[in-house]
Amino acid sequence: MTEFTPYTSLAGGVLIGLSAVILLLANGRIAGISGIFSRLFEPGTLANGKSAWVHGEKGWQLAFVVGLLLAPLLLMAGGYPIVQVFTGGLPLIAVAGLLVGFGSVFGSGCTSGHGVCGLSRLSIRSLVATLTFMGVGGAVVFVLRHVIGA
Amino acid sequence: MQRIIAGFLAGLSFGAGLAIAGMGNPLKVQNFLDVSGNWDPSLAFVMGGAIMVAFPFFQLARKLPRPFMADDFKMPTFQQIDKPLVLGSAVFGAGWGLIGLCPGPALLSVSLLTPQALVFVGCMTAGMMLARYVAGVMVKRRMNAA
Repeated sequence: MTEFTPYTSLAGGVLIGLSAVILLLANGRIAGISGIFSRLFEPGTLANGKSAWVHGEKGWQLAFVVGLLLAPLLLMAGGYPIVQVFTGGLPLIAVAGLLVGFGSVFGSGCTSGHGVCGLSRLSIRSLVATLTFMGVGGAVVFVLRHVIGA
Repeated sequence: MQRIIAGFLAGLSFGAGLAIAGMGNPLKVQNFLDVSGNWDPSLAFVMGGAIMVAFPFFQLARKLPRPFMADDFKMPTFQQIDKPLVLGSAVFGAGWGLIGLCPGPALLSVSLLTPQALVFVGCMTAGMMLARYVAGVMVKRRMNAA
């Protein structure tokens, strides 16, 4: 059981929207976590032989991930609790991680890239993607909780 | 350098937003997906709040010649609903439902250094690399066939 938190969730959503606006207006890029994070593992040299860390996209992508990791630490240091409850053991977590990683990159986006930025761009592809992952996610939770009864 | 600072600020804002919204908690996300059980609609408010802020600026950006700190806007132009989009999103949704973590909150949870978060992100990274490899092979095949 978790409590419905309309105000803090809306406030958090506004900050996520602000993040998307910063990347859009400053860098002209989409704030999609699966794309930003997965591209960090691509080759670090551009086609013209220059470093992708300095001249390409990787510099800001790494800075984005560092900021994302730093934010909860700053909040916790300021006394804001961050709750984390897992409902499955490590084997299930490993399988879920593989599926989330493969699916989000193969489907060109996750909750942020398709769900927030794509819907804000009125992209039909992102609408289809969002309905698909929410539908399948809901179905999986239904089976886990109400069919298997885990 | 400006682009890097913008990236950092965007990451910080994104991470703070996720944490304040309670999205670092996989149970809360699973409860959003559990419409017929102990439904927690919070995630809809997170997405709604984000879209409410982002939507007008994405419309505005169409009229801007270029972003403030880069040479061009790089927005997706491909519009076809293809198999990788639907298949990938379905696979992602399955993993999301199993545990309740998507890529953003997963990275956020790394900062808590729990074994669960580290295993999830390790496997997620492997899955992402596999998807890039498979997508690359598919592109090569299509080029060879053409």
